[in-house]
Amino acid sequence: MLEVIVQISLLCISIAMVGLIYRVIKGPTIPDRIVALDAIGINLVAVIALVSILLKTNAFLEIILLIGILAFIGTVAFSKYLEKGVIIERDRDH
Amino acid sequence: MKTNDIILQTVTKVTLFIIILFSIHLFFAGHYYPGGGFVGGLMTSGAIVLLLLAFDMKTVANILPIDYKYMIATGLLFAVGTGAGALLFNAPFLTHAFKDVYLPLLGKTSLHTAVLFDTGVFLVVVGVTMTIIQTIGEDE
Repeated sequence: MLEVIVQISLLCISIAMVGLIYRVIKGPTIPDRIVALDAIGINLVAVIALVSILLKTNAFLEIILLIGILAFIGTVAFSKYLEKGVIIERDRDH
Repeated sequence: MKTNDIILQTVTKVTLFIIILFSIHLFFAGHYYPGGGFVGGLMTSGAIVLLLLAFDMKTVANILPIDYKYMIATGLLFAVGTGAGALLFNAPFLTHAFKDVYLPLLGKTSLHTAVLFDTGVFLVVVGVTMTIIQTIGEDE
């Protein structure tokens, strides 16, 4: 019973990811693509959680936190590039 | 125009400690669970990269006055030192040993020399990643 529910949820998340990939390809502006990539990362977290339920293991729980942190740092880096043109500044006071 | 990114800086100050704690957890759990020196080092350098994103290179150099090239050398020294330490006990190179030790606060702890080797891996990974990022990131 639980497995069927998990498989249905996996199907729903894959459909959501296909929609996000459409937005990444089609998105008229760069921020659209960045937000879609961030949401794909979060959906990936959900996929890993569901797969670890299916495989009955808790070996993947670190990866969930890892992907969350990496998606955050990546999105911040992209946004800073769009905002200021540089990712790492030498000196802020000028 | 001077932009004001106080939200990013505040979020960074809170998140940084969680990321560093997570990397330390990954490093020490590496013997029994997924993790280890490599991914722990990458996560630590990820935390420093977040600090570099929220602040600038000069501030981060003030907070962490570390020359990462020396960090690579120290890590390699750790790895070679644990390998060569086995030679002192008449064992082949890179032979590891472990011992159950009763520490005052932690109780029964099994100390393994592979942790020292892993520390070397950790230091080399952090050093190499931060050297690459700081060298590329300098906007001259």
